[in-house]
Amino acid sequence: MSSESVKDDCLAWAARDPSGVLSPYKFSRRYALRFSLESWVPFRSLYAMNWLCLCISFFLCNRGPKVTWEVLFRALGKDDVSLKITHCGICYADVVMSKNKYGDSRYPLVPGHEIAGIVKEVGSCVSNFKVGDHVGVGTYVDSCRECEHCNDRDEISCEKGAIFTFNGIDTDGSITKGGYSSHIVVHESYCFRIPDGYPLASAAPLLCAGITVYNPMMRHKMNQPGKSLGVIGLGGLGHMAVKFGKAFGLKVTVLSTSISKKEEALCVLGADNFVITSDQEQMKALHKSLDFIIDTASGDHPFDPYMSLLKTAGVFVLVGFPSEVKFSPASLNIGMKTVSGSVTGGTRVTQEMLDFCAANKIYPKIEVIPIQYVNEALERMIKNDVKYRFVIDIESSLK
Amino acid sequence: MALFTDCSSLPVLLGIFSLLQASFRFPGLVEFNPVALLTENLEMASDNSGNCLAWAARDKSGFLSPYTFNRRAVGKDDVSLKITHCGICYADVAFSREKFGKAIYPLVPGHEIVGTVQEVGSEVQRFKVGDHVGVGTYVNSCRDCEYCNDELEIHCSNGVVSTFNGLDVDGTMTKGGYSSFIVVHKRYCYKIPEGYPLSLAAPLLCAGITVYTPMIRHKMNRPGKSLGVVGLGGLGHLAVKFGKAFGLNVTVFSTSMSKKEEALDLLGADNFVVSSDDEQMKALEKSLDFIIDTASGDHPFDPYMSILKTAGTLVLVGAPSEIKLSPLNLLLGMKTLTGSATGGTKQTQEMLDFCGAHKIYPEVEVIPIQYANEAFERLISKDVKYRFVIDIENSLG
Repeated sequence: MSSESVKDDCLAWAARDPSGVLSPYKFSRRYALRFSLESWVPFRSLYAMNWLCLCISFFLCNRGPKVTWEVLFRALGKDDVSLKITHCGICYADVVMSKNKYGDSRYPLVPGHEIAGIVKEVGSCVSNFKVGDHVGVGTYVDSCRECEHCNDRDEISCEKGAIFTFNGIDTDGSITKGGYSSHIVVHESYCFRIPDGYPLASAAPLLCAGITVYNPMMRHKMNQPGKSLGVIGLGGLGHMAVKFGKAFGLKVTVLSTSISKKEEALCVLGADNFVITSDQEQMKALHKSLDFIIDTASGDHPFDPYMSLLKTAGVFVLVGFPSEVKFSPASLNIGMKTVSGSVTGGTRVTQEMLDFCAANKIYPKIEVIPIQYVNEALERMIKNDVKYRFVIDIESSLK
Repeated sequence: MALFTDCSSLPVLLGIFSLLQASFRFPGLVEFNPVALLTENLEMASDNSGNCLAWAARDKSGFLSPYTFNRRAVGKDDVSLKITHCGICYADVAFSREKFGKAIYPLVPGHEIVGTVQEVGSEVQRFKVGDHVGVGTYVNSCRDCEYCNDELEIHCSNGVVSTFNGLDVDGTMTKGGYSSFIVVHKRYCYKIPEGYPLSLAAPLLCAGITVYTPMIRHKMNRPGKSLGVVGLGGLGHLAVKFGKAFGLNVTVFSTSMSKKEEALDLLGADNFVVSSDDEQMKALEKSLDFIIDTASGDHPFDPYMSILKTAGTLVLVGAPSEIKLSPLNLLLGMKTLTGSATGGTKQTQEMLDFCGAHKIYPEVEVIPIQYANEAFERLISKDVKYRFVIDIENSLG
C-alpha cells in the first residue's frame, strides 16, 4: 500500500501586491489523499464503500488475480460542504483589502465574500445540504461556536472573532481565500440555503450588501409601516436599503450627491422622494422629518446635516466606510438621537434575509461580468459607476 | 395695561414706536413679537424697579450683578414659589457668556430651582401654599403635540420654553432662578419629596434628570450590569450614585487622580481609572455594558467606544465641542452612541421620588448669591465637589 498527497486544485484570481491588480492564480483548498492498494478485490471505485466493507473485503478475499486500485479519500471534514462557485459579487471590501488599505492584507489575496454556488459534495455529518443544492457563503467561514454570540447565531460578534472568508486566519493556520475562485469548502453552519427558484446571480450580493443593510434595519425596528427612512448613497448597499424599506412599508427618501440617479431611484427602485444633499432648500424642508437614516456612502461627508433630518429619538445607522465620523454633540443631545453602525450579520438573520427576499421577490440590480473584467470592475466601483452591484459569472468565465 | 402705567417717559414711548415701525427682529427668537419688543424696552426703561429681586448678566462678559424686574401675576393655572435655593449649572455660565447661542440681556440664569409655594391660581389642585416645589429647565410647552401628550415636553414639536433666555407665550423673555420668586404653570412644577432638604433637591432638576433619563431609557437599571462614568462633576457624581442605586458595577474615568478617594469612598464607585493611563484603559477593553459621558471638555471617543462590550451603549450628556471617532467603532460590535438632555415632566417627578425613596442626595457646596461670579470661575476650572447651590433665601435680600 502506498499513498501520496493530491492537490485539490482551485482556480482563482488573486491580488499579488497593494496595487490590488488581480490575475489568475491556482491554489489548494482542503488536501486529498490517494491510497494505492493491491488486492484481490476488483473494486474500481471506493465512493460506494465505507471502511468496514473495505476491511472485510480485503481480508476475506485473498484468491484470484491481484488488482491495484486506488482509493481517493477527500479530507472533507465531516461537517463540511464543498460547493462549486457559480457567481461571486464584488464588494467594496474586495477593493479595500486587495489594496491593503488596513495594512493587514496577506498576498496572494483571493477576494470575494458574496458567494453563490451548487453543492458538489458534503461531509458525513452534514444534514442541512445535499449535492445539487443551491447554497451561499457570506463574509465569514468559521467562529468559535461556543460563546454566547455564536450560540445565539450572531457569529459576527463571536468573542474570539469570526474568521473572514478571505484574508482571515483559519483554524489550521492557513489564510482563507474567497469567492473569486472555482470552488470553496466551508463548514455547513456558515452556508446558507438559497431559496428554490431564486437566481444564483441575484443571490450573491445578498450575502454581504443585503445582510449589511437588513440586519440593522431589523435591529432598530425599521420594519414598521408608515415610518420614514432616509438612504444616503445609492450603490450596492443603498439600493438594497431602498428595496427593503419599500418592502417594510416605509416612506423612503434617497439622499444623493448626483441628480443622475434620480429617475432610477424613483421609477426603478420605488423610492418616494429624492433629494440632492447640496441643495440647502431641499434639505431644510426635510428637517426633523425622518425616523431613520441608513448611511451607505463610502466617501467622507459631513454628518450634522443628516442628523438634523432626524426626528426626536431618530436613529442614524452607519454601514459605509468613511475615514472618520465627526459631528456636533448637539446633534445627539437635542432630540435624544442615536448613532449606530453595523456590518454583515449572524447566520440566523442572514438566512432570514434570504428567505425574506425570495418570499417578497426582492432582487438586487446587478451587472454580470466575466472574471477577466474584474480589474476594470474594481476601478468602476471606486468611481460609483455601477448599477448597482457587479456579479462575476465564475461558472462561465473561470476556467 | 400695567405696561403702559409703568412707562413715564415720552422719549421712551417715541423710541419704542419708531422701533416698531422699523420691522426690527431679534435674531434667535422664534418670531418677531411687538409685545416682546415693548416689554424689553419698558424693562430697560424701568431697570432696577419691579417686584422681583435677582442677579443678572448684562453683557457677554457674563458678569452677574443685582437686578430687579417684574414677574407676571399669578394666572389660574400658575404656581408662585418663593425661591429658597438654585443650583449652578454649566448652562448658566455658557448662556450668560453667549456661548450657546443668542443671549438676550439682562439675562437671569438658573434652572435648578427649589422653593416654597407662596400663591396658587384658582385651578391648581396639586399644590398649596407652603408646599416644597421645584422647577427645572423649562417652564412651558405647547401641551398639544405627541411629545407633550407623552409627557416628554422637552421634545415639544413647537419648541419648549426654557426657564431662562427663552421666549414665553406672552412674548416675554423668561428669567431664571437667580431671583427671589418665580411664577410657573403648574404642569412644570414638581413636588419635592417630604423631608428631602431643599438645598439638595435643587441640582436634581437639571443634573439629576439629565443622567437619570437616559439611564432609564437605555435600561441601565439592571443589577449586575456594568457602567462607566466619564467625568466626575455635577452630572458625573449623580450618575455614580444612580448607578450604585441600580445595582451596577461602576467605574469612574477621570483625568485627575485627586478625585479617586472620594469616588471610591464617598460616592461608592467600584473602580477608578485615570483616562490618560493607556494601560489601564486597554485592560478594560470590551468590559462595560454602558458608559455615560458627562465630561464638558474635548476628549477622544475611540478609547471609550473600545471599552464597550458588544451591543454596548455610550450616552453623551456633556458638551464637548465636537464628537470624532473611527467608523470601525460603530461598524463593529453593534455599539450605539446616543445623547440626552434633561427630561420630561413625568420622568422628572419619578426621579425626584426615586431619590427621596432611596436617600440619594447630591454633594453640594452652598454659597451666597454674592459669591456667584467666583463660583462661575471655579465651575469652569472644575473646582467644585460637586454642585454649587445658591442659598437664595438667605442671601438675596
